[in-house]
Amino acid sequence: MTTITRELPAHRHSNAWYLGWATILGLLVWSWEGAGMNPSLLLRYGGNVVSFGKGFFPPDFSDWRMFLEETAVTIKIAVWGTTLAIVCSVPLGILCSENMVPWYVHQPVRRLMDVFRAINEMVYAMLFVVIVGLGPFAGVMALWVHTTGVLAKLFAEAVEASDPRPVEGIRATGATWLQEVVFGVVPQVLPLWISYSLYRFESNVRSATVLGLVGAGGIGQVLWEDVRGFYYAQTAAVMVFIIVAVSLIDFLSQRLRRVFQ
Amino acid sequence: MTAVQVTSVSKSFRGGRRALDRVSLSIAQGEMVALIGASGSGKSTLLRHIAGLVGADRGEEPGRIEVFGAEIQSGGRISGHCRRLRADVGFVFQQFNLVGRLSVMTNVLLGSLGRIPAWRGTLGLFQNAEKHHAMEALHRVGIADFALQKASTLSGGQQQRAAIARTLVQKARLVLADEPIASLDPASATKVMETLATVNREDGITVVVSLHQVDYALRYCPRAIAMQAGRIVYDGPSTGLTPAFLADLYGSERPGSAPAADPGHPPLGPVGSAALAYLS
Repeated sequence: MTTITRELPAHRHSNAWYLGWATILGLLVWSWEGAGMNPSLLLRYGGNVVSFGKGFFPPDFSDWRMFLEETAVTIKIAVWGTTLAIVCSVPLGILCSENMVPWYVHQPVRRLMDVFRAINEMVYAMLFVVIVGLGPFAGVMALWVHTTGVLAKLFAEAVEASDPRPVEGIRATGATWLQEVVFGVVPQVLPLWISYSLYRFESNVRSATVLGLVGAGGIGQVLWEDVRGFYYAQTAAVMVFIIVAVSLIDFLSQRLRRVFQ
Repeated sequence: MTAVQVTSVSKSFRGGRRALDRVSLSIAQGEMVALIGASGSGKSTLLRHIAGLVGADRGEEPGRIEVFGAEIQSGGRISGHCRRLRADVGFVFQQFNLVGRLSVMTNVLLGSLGRIPAWRGTLGLFQNAEKHHAMEALHRVGIADFALQKASTLSGGQQQRAAIARTLVQKARLVLADEPIASLDPASATKVMETLATVNREDGITVVVSLHQVDYALRYCPRAIAMQAGRIVYDGPSTGLTPAFLADLYGSERPGSAPAADPGHPPLGPVGSAALAYLS
């Protein structure tokens, strides 16, 4: 019996493959210095980690009522910030879609959304604290602006990926542009829009926990005050609250998103 | 009265391909006309021009399209009244073009968008009379039982009949059907063609239907317009289409699907009679 051995095709990496890896390695080396990479510090000051860690235990839950209230404030900030953003992102998302509007509309609107998105929520929070004063409302405003930039882009991508044929079917009945959007586009993209919105709500709860650092209210503000006051036992308790709250919202939102997929 | 008047319309696509080459034709009210020709011969493009969905070339000799005496486009410019005119023109697409996630009933109701005040249509506030009309249309095309199902759950043939029901609700006086049976099985295709023939006969709606299958054209349409490379190469009674002409029209492609595809079938006589004999 003879076995037929087939010659394997010679495998060669392309130049692009080598270039790609060289670029990645080059980038890492170049960033080492600027990022102040110094792993030995962790070893040298390992003792700090232990003593710092000791301060966290046992966590001090004596103020749990206040923690709970502030956690609720954080979630409320996320609820309003996200809702306002969704309301604005529906029209702005349509106006960002190149299959719905001419370029002289979608280009400027897209650039505006880029600006909304490019700046972190924390930065907006600092600005809004100046405008509307310390407190949760500044946090709502910050989430609103940033999330609008994100959701409008995601909504537009869904619209651009939608099937043009049903829209044309509606157009052929003599419908207006707005009616084409309402009956042709929205039913197609709604499941995706809902899914994106819930996902942004999850991330906004996470973001809202740190907005307090710049005085925009919620559990983050408590956390910041406890850290600055060296109340590590309370800090630990606050962190437990944040972890539980964020995990719970993530879990619920993920379950809900699955329904719409 | 003239339902459709096309005068010297040309259309070139990017890359210089001529999809329509000085096409002129006239269709009287109440006619049922087949538009035949190979893929890429310009059938779809012509129908989409008549509905004002695409603008023709501006060119040196401006083409004109009139529907029921009103200009829908001229010299490549689509009329400002095109929305009102489109309400008179129902369009049936090869891929049905229903909104899959909306119910069959809603899809059919959307046919009234061009007829009711814009604000009411946009908010989806349809009146009972309109809903009754939609239901009646669904009864007529035989899919009333599926009224509340999502359109995407229907078979192709059922979706296509829903699309025809939409043109009924639209009160279209002219129905343009672009390859309405190309993606359907023979039984569904026959039902869809029957439905189109019925609305033509009973409601006096003018029907222009582009078809790939010559046998269907012969069976349902007294008049045929044949296109090749963007030009009209035949316009007359469909019985006048000779096998030699059809062979030339489709190039190496076989004209008609059913008769020629049957190997046990006797050689085709005059295509008209052979196809009709096969189908009856």
